[in-house]
Amino acid sequence: MKYIIMMNTMRAGHGVPEWPQKDLQAHIAFMIGLNKELQQSGEFVSAEGLSFPDQAKLVQAGKDGLPVTDGIFPESKEFLAGYWIVDVDSPERAYAIAARVSAAPGAGGKPLNMPIEVRPIMSGPPPEML
Amino acid sequence: MTNPWDATSEHLLRELAPQVLGAVSRRFRDFSSAEDAVQEAMIAAFTQWPEEGIPDNPRGWLIQVASRRLTDQVRGEIARRERETAVARETDIVVPTVEIESDMDPDDTLILLFMCCHPALTSSSAIALTLRAVGGLTTAEIANAFLVPEATMAQRISRAKQNIKASGVPFRVPSPQEHSERLPVVLHVLYLIFNEGYASSIGSHLQRLDLAREAIRLTRCAKGLLPEDAEVTGLLALMLLTDARRAARTGPDEELIPLDKQDRTLWDQAKISEGIELLTATLSKGSVGLYQLQAAIAAVHDEAARAEDTDWPQILALYELLKRVAPSPMITLNHAIAAAMVHGPSKSLELLRALDKGARLAGHYRLDAVRAHLLEMVGDHESAIKHYRIAASRTTSIPERNYLMTQAARLAGD
Repeated sequence: MKYIIMMNTMRAGHGVPEWPQKDLQAHIAFMIGLNKELQQSGEFVSAEGLSFPDQAKLVQAGKDGLPVTDGIFPESKEFLAGYWIVDVDSPERAYAIAARVSAAPGAGGKPLNMPIEVRPIMSGPPPEML
Repeated sequence: MTNPWDATSEHLLRELAPQVLGAVSRRFRDFSSAEDAVQEAMIAAFTQWPEEGIPDNPRGWLIQVASRRLTDQVRGEIARRERETAVARETDIVVPTVEIESDMDPDDTLILLFMCCHPALTSSSAIALTLRAVGGLTTAEIANAFLVPEATMAQRISRAKQNIKASGVPFRVPSPQEHSERLPVVLHVLYLIFNEGYASSIGSHLQRLDLAREAIRLTRCAKGLLPEDAEVTGLLALMLLTDARRAARTGPDEELIPLDKQDRTLWDQAKISEGIELLTATLSKGSVGLYQLQAAIAAVHDEAARAEDTDWPQILALYELLKRVAPSPMITLNHAIAAAMVHGPSKSLELLRALDKGARLAGHYRLDAVRAHLLEMVGDHESAIKHYRIAASRTTSIPERNYLMTQAARLAGD
């Protein structure tokens, strides 16, 4: 079963994390290591990191159908920083991976304990319906 | 009679792809269907040859399989039309007879290269079609290299062929005028394939096809077909001289290592020598173009045993030439770096202020990254940190973002 593991941690108005170099490097190494691990376990489907919120635009069609963009977001809004799609044997395994992501090291090497959203990805119809 | 499949066989098969496609296209006068049929023949060969051995006449085998596919398709098409019009009559189906010639027409590969790198195509479709029709890669391999679903890539290729058909380019060697107009497009597409490979070899997509190697192979092939063209040779030299540093440009955590911090003992000396040899041969012919000059700059870097031995005055002179031959804001930016290394950073910071006003580069992360670097050189760490961070938030490359964030953190920690 496939799950999407979403890291909704960015905040509007906040740019690059201002951590000491050592902590920043540890965080980067953790993320790269996690991806490698998921590839080796055969659970990795895809993963993408997204740009910082200051590059985000909110687009709506105007009356003429043309795009109207808005780039100003309220401070409190949370942004998707990145996501993983994994193919795992049980929901518990997806939660375990999410917990690993949540505990990624931050400033001072302390676990960030970020809130991570896990949702099942819809699949095709079950065999009995085919 | 067959020959065993070994490590060089895949290379042989890929070289044959454009020759077979040339022969089949000419015979059936339908490039688009011929291209699909050759793709099927290639997949058949990739499946059968490793087990059954390579046929004695591999090119003939491929032409025959592709032609059979096309013939079946033509028959099927006629049968479908007959059913639809409900005309029940015997028809003599005329399909071109296939005789296997032993001679080869190397021009076919060149025709195909010019056809696939057609100005009517977007660069993403030109790249996809070139890799399939000239490079002999399967749709699945190309899709994997660009991390898109196979169906998406198949659609991109088929739309590219529709555009070529609509533009009405005949299947023939371009006239001298067409040749000189369109060669830059061909070289640009090859350059983009190389860059894609160079950029994507970082990151966790380890199983991806080596596009940089594929670009070098195709450019080598183009050089064989156009030995007198200095820019083709220049492009090949540029690729070799850049690719030579591949092993040194990332660290254990896939972090980017800039040129001045690389372990130069990891550079591939064989590639450097070949690149320099090619470059020297073209420069002696007198003309200089965009790729030759970039190759010359890469060569100056490669020739320095230590970063501090880099001949910056020579690099600066080459950038000055480049600014005249092919002016662009990106070249102005690189020129500013070289100027800073020779004359110090203050003057270069002024040069950047001029670029702030230009529409093409204003707000581009590279401008901030270079400004941060120069500000660091003049000792204004506070502003340097600010611009490293702006650059980090604007780049769309994760390894580069990591690199720029780390630069800011390094200065902030000092």
